[in-house]
Amino acid sequence: MIKALVAVFLAAILTENYVLSKFLGICPFLGVSKKVNTALGMSAAVTFVMVLATAVTYPIYMYLLVPSQMEYLETIVFILVIAGLVQLVEIVLKKYIPALYNSLGIYLPLITTNCAVLGVTMLVIEKSGPEFGYIHALVNALGAGIGFLVAMVMFAGVRQRLEACDIPKSLRGLPITLVAASLVSLSFLGFSGLVDNMLA
Amino acid sequence: MDFTMILIAVAIVAGIGLIIGLILAIASAIMAVPVDEKVEAVTSALPGANCGACGYSGCSGYAKALADGEAKLGACAPGGEECAKVIAEILGVEAGAVDRKVALVHCMGSCDNTDTKMEYQGIKSCAAAVSLHGGVGSCAYGCIGFGDCVAVCPYGAVSVCNGVARINADLCKGCSMCVNACPKHIISVVSYKAQTVVRCSNFDKGALARKVCKSACIGCKKCEKVCEAGAVTVVNFKAVVDAEKCSGCNLCVEACPQGCITQFRV
Repeated sequence: MIKALVAVFLAAILTENYVLSKFLGICPFLGVSKKVNTALGMSAAVTFVMVLATAVTYPIYMYLLVPSQMEYLETIVFILVIAGLVQLVEIVLKKYIPALYNSLGIYLPLITTNCAVLGVTMLVIEKSGPEFGYIHALVNALGAGIGFLVAMVMFAGVRQRLEACDIPKSLRGLPITLVAASLVSLSFLGFSGLVDNMLA
Repeated sequence: MDFTMILIAVAIVAGIGLIIGLILAIASAIMAVPVDEKVEAVTSALPGANCGACGYSGCSGYAKALADGEAKLGACAPGGEECAKVIAEILGVEAGAVDRKVALVHCMGSCDNTDTKMEYQGIKSCAAAVSLHGGVGSCAYGCIGFGDCVAVCPYGAVSVCNGVARINADLCKGCSMCVNACPKHIISVVSYKAQTVVRCSNFDKGALARKVCKSACIGCKKCEKVCEAGAVTVVNFKAVVDAEKCSGCNLCVEACPQGCITQFRV
């Protein structure tokens, strides 16, 4: 059981990294990765919302949509729930942790439209089966969030180095960022098969 | 497709929406953060230029600092005295006198007084020109005259006359936008009540300064000697007038052989 959970957790971070392997959440990946600090804050918020969203959407799907044969409502219901959750998180943070609320600023409401969050909640439904239950889904969401954090922080480091480089004029700005992103993504392909073999 | 299926689908989405809405409504009611009414009132009283002349991050930052009692009244240069009075009323404190500030270009290097050291054909921008051997003019300290300050002024107070920027003190609100835009750092903010100003920024020795500009301060100290109030001093071969000590007697203006000390606002 624990071995399986570790496998799910590591797979979500390395081999099935939502940003670098599934290409979800590219908008914050390119937009908020200019500095390591903001990248960290954004990823922490995303991780929190991912776990919370999975914790709520998984039971809704399993115990509400499946019995009433309304599986096709998955997307719209999940979007609704995630949007509501982000609002709730915002209200709670504003009241109890105003420092974090101020430092997150605009990134917090932006998580509402982060496709990585929706992706985590929806793709985990596809995986679910007798050997992949609620706990697994939560661990997967946590892993996905940490994976997002790893990708963001790594890429922020790459971009900070890029600032100091002498880049050809036509590649400056977004083009070199996309080239760098593809190289980082390629490097993550090296992890494929790693988790399965490691815990086999 | 059964009609009840549609109803169930609608009921599920509507039900979830309703529940989330209720939770959010309750949460926002329970955890409402009281917004300081003073902050909002002060924010609306400020000009909203977000110029940063007060030293805070925009008007909202200054409003918050004012309401918390951390900031001093009258730091808002564009708002001036009227704005300070309104805010003082909101906060219930004394307004006090506000010293109006205006920007001043410390250079007289017009086309007649100084020369160019190169034929510049690049972008007509001071920031671009200064990156090429420190600008077009033969004086390394002087106004370049492409008008980066003109472009940045929100009040249309700056103009370039005969190759040197000039600021209309009556239009100027002292927001410091031009001060920050000038790559030569020859614009500074002075009191509107200042009577005598030095319109030169050349720190070179007299002979060198005289070579590049007819009206450069040569550091001859005539102004320093003639001033009865002790308001003028020569620092690094350039005269400096202390506006608080200056009596406006014009002795230094008359004594200056280069004509770079002038009366302000004449």
